[in-house]
Amino acid sequence: MGRKILLEHIEVPGISRFNVYRSRGGYETAGRAIKEMTPAEICQEVNRSGLRGRGGAGFPTGLKWNFLDRKTTKTRYLVCNADESEPGTFKDRYLMERIPHLLVEGLIISSYALGVNTCYIYIRGEFKYLVGILEKAIREAQTNGFLGKDILGTGYRLQIFVHPGAGAYICGEETALLESLEGKRGNPRNKPPFPASRGLYDGPTVVNNVETLASVVPVIRMGGEVYAAIGKGKSTGTKLISASGHIRKPGVYEVEMGTPVEELIYSDEFCGGIRQGKKLKAVIPGGSSVPVLPANLILHTAKGEKRLVTFESMEEGGFDSGSMLGSGGFIVFDETTCMVRNTWNLARFYRHESCGQCSPCREGTGWMEKILWRIEHGQGRMKDIDLLAHIARNIEGKTICPFGDAAAWPVASAVRHFREEFERHLEYPVCNPDKLDIEPLFLRTK
Amino acid sequence: MHNLHIKENKPVVFQELTLEKFRDLMKRYPEGRQKSALVPILLIAQEQTGGFLTVDVLDEIASILQIKPIEVYEVATFYSMFSLGRVGKYVIELCRTGPCAMCGGEEILGYLRNKLRIDVGETTADGLFTLRTVECLAACGNAPVLQVNTEFYEKLTPEKIDRLIDELKSKAGKPIPFEETWAGKFC
Repeated sequence: MGRKILLEHIEVPGISRFNVYRSRGGYETAGRAIKEMTPAEICQEVNRSGLRGRGGAGFPTGLKWNFLDRKTTKTRYLVCNADESEPGTFKDRYLMERIPHLLVEGLIISSYALGVNTCYIYIRGEFKYLVGILEKAIREAQTNGFLGKDILGTGYRLQIFVHPGAGAYICGEETALLESLEGKRGNPRNKPPFPASRGLYDGPTVVNNVETLASVVPVIRMGGEVYAAIGKGKSTGTKLISASGHIRKPGVYEVEMGTPVEELIYSDEFCGGIRQGKKLKAVIPGGSSVPVLPANLILHTAKGEKRLVTFESMEEGGFDSGSMLGSGGFIVFDETTCMVRNTWNLARFYRHESCGQCSPCREGTGWMEKILWRIEHGQGRMKDIDLLAHIARNIEGKTICPFGDAAAWPVASAVRHFREEFERHLEYPVCNPDKLDIEPLFLRTK
Repeated sequence: MHNLHIKENKPVVFQELTLEKFRDLMKRYPEGRQKSALVPILLIAQEQTGGFLTVDVLDEIASILQIKPIEVYEVATFYSMFSLGRVGKYVIELCRTGPCAMCGGEEILGYLRNKLRIDVGETTADGLFTLRTVECLAACGNAPVLQVNTEFYEKLTPEKIDRLIDELKSKAGKPIPFEETWAGKFC
């Protein structure tokens, strides 16, 4: 099922340059869309395609576009979310680095469909080298008449700007991203009003992920219905999976929706199995924020069906035995992994990245990290395990933005599926003495 | 390092080329929304003033953007890429999150601490290296990963660390070329 739609030309040498991209049929779709289609027709095709947001939430893109307030006289904006910071996710970086023109073309089509004349790409500051790559692609598109004041002589004008952030995971949340784009701290806003009615500079705004906007190109090229036929059920098209962890071949893979997880992990076409011949222990299937699943539950659902790479199949079983497809960040753990240490690591990440606006999240993430630290370092108590689950329950759903849920789920699911390992840690705390404290030699000899 | 504690009471003067870049950035946003350019401007300013931001620099940027100094302070203290204390010429930022940590990142951290003989958050005595740990750099497929002044180094091994440190030490005497995108001369 190695069907490539987005990454079809990614191996072509020099595809990051305009001429090469153009020679492979690039910008044909954008040209046709602007010259021959009306914005409403493009929106309809996107609606028909069943394309769902690739950033994590899986919200139907067509629906999101429909919500955009088109009646107001305020300026409308399209913002591309390139603040890829979810641990385990690195697909957008790959896409922007190798084939930046695909994103630019997607932005042109989407902006035209939404009636937008200014578009911002919000990219994380750590990707400084990508700012150069994207700005070069934008310049090339402009020189060749696909951007600027009068695109292809149709009178439609569009400008795209790249806006770097400066290191904050929370800015991947759309309202925090808008705050940050306005030059403020990245504190998420209360919703409603949703960005579709009042977003950037109070104007109606659509915020979409890089992969989503790039996917608009094949959707328009092949037509909504043809695109919808790819995939399975309500999960249409292909998904970029960032595979990392203890696998033979980590990397970004484009898989058709509906591919079995077993094939993704073990087939040589994709991850190539677990490295060093070890056994699979657990997988986080959608970036660190989604619940972790043990080997048996990631390969098969609780009902015994094969688990597939689709939004629905991943959620099968709810929080008891399911997870989420999220952003497609596949983190694979082999049998040597200590789940307590790993959960502590992620809890520390969420404590570090909480913006501090809502008390349950600000305080709760810190408590979870402390408790996990003491379990990992042999100072845990039996009641700590229930306490962790209790704190997670009290963060979940009680914050302004979904960050609270994202922080609670990894901990809650680890306790649910690996409770025995947590209990064993209370008795025998040192499961991996080499890693426990990597104290530098010079400190020891001081 | 999230406290504003360096105030030198010296006037900050940016070169004309840098100021031009600032004005160019401000033009990207609608009339009256020039505050949007704050983060990109702070990134350039930090690069050009030795890798960290003093209160004097922040005040100067506030006046350039015609906003209140507190609006700059609150942003400078929020984002993790802004250093508010002195740093070495090369800031080594090692990823410590999930995939990197479990694929050898913790061992690399131990190796770096031993090699540079500093702990996390410290700077070597010669002022060359600052060692930091950061959260996910979105390069998990090539774990473990670190950045030196926002340049990626991936699939790290102790041998690669040796090579990297040697290379940086030999490069230290020469000026660092600025990248095209955020170009400008040292002010």
